[in-house]
Amino acid sequence: MFKRAVLALPLLFGLSQAQAQGTDEQVTTFTLENGMQVVLIEDHRAPVVSHMVWYRAGSADETPGRSGVAHFLEHLLFKGTKTLAPGEFSKVVAANGGTDNAFTNFDQTAYYQRVAADRLGLMMKMEADRMVNLQLDAEDILTERAVIIEERNMRTENDPAALFREQAYAAQYLNHPYGRPVIGWRHEMEALSLDDALAYYRQFYAPNNAIAIIAGDARPEEVRALAEQYYAPLTPNPAIPDRVRPQEPPQTAERRLMFADPRVSQPYVLRTYLAPERDAGAQKEAAALTMLAEILGGGQTSVLARKLQFENPIAVWAGAFYTETSFDDSTFGMGIMPVEGVSLDAAEKALDKAVAEFLKEGVDAAQLERIKFLLRAAQVYALDNAEGKARRYGQALTSGLTVEDVQAWPDVLEAVTAEDIMTAARKVLNRNEAVTGWLMKEQPEVTQ
Amino acid sequence: MRWLGIVFLALLWALPARAEIKIQEVTSPGGIKAWLVEEPSIPFTALEIRFKGGASLDLPGKRGAVNLMTGLLEEGTGAMDARGFAEAVEGLAASFDYDAYDDSVAISARFLTENRDAAVDLLRASLVAPSFEQSAIDRVRGQVLSSIRSDETDPNAMAGRRFDEIAFGDHPYASSLNGTVESVTALTRQDMLDAHAGALARDRVYVGAAGDISAEQLGLLLDRLLGDLPATGLPMPANVDVKMPGGTVVVPFDTPQSVAMFGHEGIDRHDPDFIPAYVLNTILGGGGFEARLMTEVREKRGLTYGVYSYLIPKDHAALYIGQVASANDRVAEAMAVIRDEWTKMARDGVTEAELTQAKTYLTGSYALRFDGNSAIADILVGMQLDDLTPDYVVHRNDMVNAVTEEDIRRVAARILKPEALTFVVVGKPEGVQTQ
Repeated sequence: MFKRAVLALPLLFGLSQAQAQGTDEQVTTFTLENGMQVVLIEDHRAPVVSHMVWYRAGSADETPGRSGVAHFLEHLLFKGTKTLAPGEFSKVVAANGGTDNAFTNFDQTAYYQRVAADRLGLMMKMEADRMVNLQLDAEDILTERAVIIEERNMRTENDPAALFREQAYAAQYLNHPYGRPVIGWRHEMEALSLDDALAYYRQFYAPNNAIAIIAGDARPEEVRALAEQYYAPLTPNPAIPDRVRPQEPPQTAERRLMFADPRVSQPYVLRTYLAPERDAGAQKEAAALTMLAEILGGGQTSVLARKLQFENPIAVWAGAFYTETSFDDSTFGMGIMPVEGVSLDAAEKALDKAVAEFLKEGVDAAQLERIKFLLRAAQVYALDNAEGKARRYGQALTSGLTVEDVQAWPDVLEAVTAEDIMTAARKVLNRNEAVTGWLMKEQPEVTQ
Repeated sequence: MRWLGIVFLALLWALPARAEIKIQEVTSPGGIKAWLVEEPSIPFTALEIRFKGGASLDLPGKRGAVNLMTGLLEEGTGAMDARGFAEAVEGLAASFDYDAYDDSVAISARFLTENRDAAVDLLRASLVAPSFEQSAIDRVRGQVLSSIRSDETDPNAMAGRRFDEIAFGDHPYASSLNGTVESVTALTRQDMLDAHAGALARDRVYVGAAGDISAEQLGLLLDRLLGDLPATGLPMPANVDVKMPGGTVVVPFDTPQSVAMFGHEGIDRHDPDFIPAYVLNTILGGGGFEARLMTEVREKRGLTYGVYSYLIPKDHAALYIGQVASANDRVAEAMAVIRDEWTKMARDGVTEAELTQAKTYLTGSYALRFDGNSAIADILVGMQLDDLTPDYVVHRNDMVNAVTEEDIRRVAARILKPEALTFVVVGKPEGVQTQ
């Protein structure tokens, strides 16, 4: 496989890599009296820590009509507090030799710093401060709103494939807020106000809606003492709403979209299906789908690559992807990028045929064995990346899962059988519940 | 142990704390050199291999050959075809990445201790005896062509390509290492064999390793892995003088946000002023919200999501470049602010407070880079490519701390050239013309 040419697409589609955790003797968790959860992942090889604060609040928790406000607020958290001037947060981190950033997703917003281990207390002090003491003025928000609109320009407006995926997602979720882009719809972003940002902040930013995750060179007793000092004094918000979002109605007809943009150089077909995600205490089906994504389209050795890139080489790339960690129903997807001269119609038919054959042929036992060995090895490699592990915990704990679920996940994956995979495949790969999109340079002529 | 020279041991006390990085210089029985950080706590090894020269070794008329050849290394060897090879790698839970860059071909490998010998044998076969089977050439060629076509309408790639054309004239750096549709379409199996023999040779190989492997084991591994490659390859490309004309070049493209790349010649990595220049750039446009460009263009005016500048010391030329993206009706203002900051910095240098802040950031964050085996192996090979010695990790922060305001003023006046600062803008920028 040629990485430069091919990696771009799986990334666009969202990676479906099976994520296995390492042996979890290095993980300690506890909950403060105010409801704030703390997770420590120890790695003492270098005197460095990553400190992350995750909020159980993302774009899917926004009030309809205010899309983008979760991400807007994330930017605004780098403005001042009662004791820090605008921009000072990052300045202090940098002056301590650290780096910091933040990100927003459907189900979570997270802030993180990487610093020398002896600066952990200072980071907690500052995160605790901006959790409750944010101070914004009308000026800050106008400049920063211009910044997020430029961010949307960069990520979405300037990239036809991103515009296409935004439409495809909107088609997938008729009723659930996952149909709204995390960055927001442009017309709603343009109208976001200081009050919108503050309303979201007051509703969701509180210790009982937050999780601190520390990865690196810190000891449990030290972390507990620091958390008691900085996070424990924060007052919980009893009014944090339950995360009950509008759910999807039964889908009874296939949805199709044709997206044309003259900036498209490499057309492709994208197909997504609504699919269950990992649920607390019930991760088996998601584990089967995770394995299905690997087997069907996880890379050079997958079924789709074999059938569509090798045996009948009509695709530059063909693959599958699945987001297993999500608060509400997620998606399972497939894509095919045809070689020059092959139409999207022919590519889609070939994809359908390959999937139909797979449903008849079933799982190749040797392939399943290799993938399981890879998963076991992934636990070894994961030990080299405490921060990656911190992210997996953060993602899971803000998606309705527990520490026990995270720790059980490798075993749940290991236990998946070929039959489990085929059962999940037959259930999810149903065309009536699919969205199929074509990304094209121009709309095809319609002939009757 | 007589055959195995561990020449040097550099210790980095990274921070005012405990951990350290011990760099061992290893020479294999067959004479191949490597740097190693032994870290036995996790049972795997990360290996970073670089062959100097890279895509700039493409022969005349064969642009894209080294890149395509590199993409084909994992597409079959001996009795294994592409999928057979991928299955074998997967079966060992190893991972091998092969990439071509302007100045090197890079191989990144990761393998478990429990099956290290088998993994090294596989990697060896892909490097020493790739099949270059015609069906694989055609398939991977299709992927490269797809990538070339995508770049044709990607504003970032378009800006970079035009900038390189202006900067590098007829040097290989002037064109994309992917090649063109015409050049790649014409490449043959013989071209792959030639590119392989020319680019992957022992006289240009550099190795960094980190993880669960001893110096002795690494020495044996190096000979097994690389010993059968040819001793010499193609001569290195010539150096090229960058002479930017100044002004602005507009590449018209119908897209809502203009992407601008700007810059002029930079400074060589071996230049005694490189460290002051690096500190200077951190203050002007390096990472972080504290940099002047970020403060002026984003924080104060909201004109962009990100604006950055970089020193790019390549092996045969040096650039000082930056990048910004702003809506078509705002990019002119962003460009004016950048020009202004460039000129101010060239004239006035930095303040004491800025310099102190940059030093604390740079010295404090240096240790954060040594972040796991793969990152360490990567740093080790990068230092060798830059002709540094292992004790650089010990002295680097002292060198940063030694930079004075006066150094920055002198270096700013020397390397920042507002009259040569050239913008390439892709988009429909309002109020911006080619001039």
